[in-house]
Amino acid sequence: MSTATPVRPEAPEPLAPAVRQRRGLPRFGGTAVFAAGLALAAVLTAASGWSWGLFAVLGIVLGCLVTYVVSRVVEGRRKATDRLVTALVSSAFAVAMVPLVSLIYTVVSNGVGRLDGTFFSNSMVGVVGEGGGAYHAIMGTLIITALAAVISVPVGLLAAIYLVEYGKGRLKKVLTFFVDVMTGIPSIVAGLFAYALFAIFFGPGIRFGLGGAVALSVLMIPVVVRSSEEVLKLVPNELREASYALGVSKWRTILKVVVPTAIAGLGTSVTLAIARVIGETAPLLVIVGITAATNFDPFDGRMATLPVYAYYQLTQPGVPPEFGIERAWTAALVLIIIVMALNVVARLISRFFAPKTGR
Amino acid sequence: MAKRIDVSDLDIFYGNFKAVEGVNVSIEPRSVTALIGPSGCGKSTFLRSLNRMHEVIPGARVEGKVVIDGQDLYGSDVDPVDVRRQIGMVFQRPNPFPTMSIYDNVVAGVRLNSKKMKKNDLDDLVESSLRGANLWNEVKDRLDRPGSGLSGGQQQRLCIARAIAVQPEVLLMDEPCSALDPISTLAIEDLMTELKDRFTIVIVTHNMQQAARVSEQTGFFNLNGVGQPGRLIEFNPTEKIFSNPDQKATEDYISGRFG
Ligand SMILES: Nc1ncnc2c1ncn2[C@@H]1O[C@H](COP(=O)(O)OP(=O)(O)O)[C@@H](O)[C@H]1O
Ligand SMILES: [Mg+2]
Repeated sequence: MSTATPVRPEAPEPLAPAVRQRRGLPRFGGTAVFAAGLALAAVLTAASGWSWGLFAVLGIVLGCLVTYVVSRVVEGRRKATDRLVTALVSSAFAVAMVPLVSLIYTVVSNGVGRLDGTFFSNSMVGVVGEGGGAYHAIMGTLIITALAAVISVPVGLLAAIYLVEYGKGRLKKVLTFFVDVMTGIPSIVAGLFAYALFAIFFGPGIRFGLGGAVALSVLMIPVVVRSSEEVLKLVPNELREASYALGVSKWRTILKVVVPTAIAGLGTSVTLAIARVIGETAPLLVIVGITAATNFDPFDGRMATLPVYAYYQLTQPGVPPEFGIERAWTAALVLIIIVMALNVVARLISRFFAPKTGR
Repeated sequence: MAKRIDVSDLDIFYGNFKAVEGVNVSIEPRSVTALIGPSGCGKSTFLRSLNRMHEVIPGARVEGKVVIDGQDLYGSDVDPVDVRRQIGMVFQRPNPFPTMSIYDNVVAGVRLNSKKMKKNDLDDLVESSLRGANLWNEVKDRLDRPGSGLSGGQQQRLCIARAIAVQPEVLLMDEPCSALDPISTLAIEDLMTELKDRFTIVIVTHNMQQAARVSEQTGFFNLNGVGQPGRLIEFNPTEKIFSNPDQKATEDYISGRFG
């Protein structure tokens, strides 16, 4: 159209050589400077009477400040901002780690003392003071959680499959909404629901393991539905179409293409849902109760479970109280170990079942 | 095996949107029919309506008739699953099943339908299908490896092997080479020339040379404007389309004046 091509303004000749010499702190220089700020904070805190809270606040502020100033002087503004943000993010991470580390440290140091053979092989029958164990509570937790999984996994998976593969329109929206509502149900309400339900049939005062499994299922189903739904949505539509184009019916496509493709994610989501409910206390307190003896029968009578066991060992430790409190810590430790093991299992599942690309 | 397809007054909808309008065409058995036209004019939509894959999309529907050897595909007593068993499809992007080995991918149509077959017969089916798709020599030593470990061109030929393993009468291909390199493209074109002895092949392509090389008949789709339905403007022997087409629009398109 026009012949005059726009003339670019002449770029000013760069004064510095094309590849600028990098001035910079040595490797780990940033960390070292931050540590210097931290040390300064330690000195100041010590001078005004030691307090961890003051040290943390002052340490982060001074650490970031010193890092910024030093980097600004040595390296220039862009790099200094980068270092400042890095320092802030790392500090935030460290602060977030404090409760976790402190919790694990407290539980391990208090609980490791009773992590012995007796704890895993004895129940609490006839124990008032020293000794005793949580064999009955560990078995109870495993039985009730397994039952809860047996109820929740089929229901949750089928609901997720319905929502992703079949559901449409109003019904799907309503179901999704109620699943979301269920996710927010307080656990004590789940316990009261199970209690009220079974009290209708068996009269007031009913306590048994299956009731606990039902209460846990109320908490577990929405978790399974939600996470399985996300996993199923990740299966590419192309695979479904490839299957349909081979003349495969819809339910076979779901069963043999969609679910196998998503199996790693589904396994992970189920395992994490189990980990989520295994430490629930309130509902089991209401509907399962506690007992000192071992009861393997979830259809009849009270059962002990680890969280409730820990609760009672702490609130009614017996005489003298130290031994009960020690058992409570150990029960908490065992619970944490179980949850961690479940998380490891979830990772292994997703590693071993993930579709392989043998390049 | 191969069958003739007669389409009359076919309108294809996505919900209320009419994507394709008034298609009348007869597709000859044992030949390759190419569909060309600018993007968005409804070639894929039309192709998918030939094996009832169109209705897989929520809200999608079809009016009109598609008759294969005297049977109306959209008759009320026809099961879409049966239709798809007779009319196979190869997609634009290779889509082997990631959980299955090469072997299992080829026999997926049999296995997923839980047809019982002897191990020997399955082995024969795998070999003949992979040979049919010109892939046998490249993969015969690693049939138990995942199909997703193959190159793009090999994956596409695996998908063709998977489609012909169920022994359909018709093979529909939606831009099967558009994600492939020239060598793989050539391999698949050669394959089509071999396969047309046994199947009726309909292929959508953006590559005019490809249409000219492989097809006997060519259909040109076009649309008047955005939001308008696409139409089959011209359907003629490939030689005629590429030498002196009946329609001005066809000539403009193949001589590269638009599209
Ligand atoms: N899943 C869908 N939902 C709604 N509209 C669609 C869908 N797929 C395609 N269309 C529309 O249908 C028309 C034809 O598309 P398509 O058949 O994919 O064209 P082509 O394959 O010729 O490029 C386009 O207007 C497109 O926007
Ligand atoms: Mg297309």
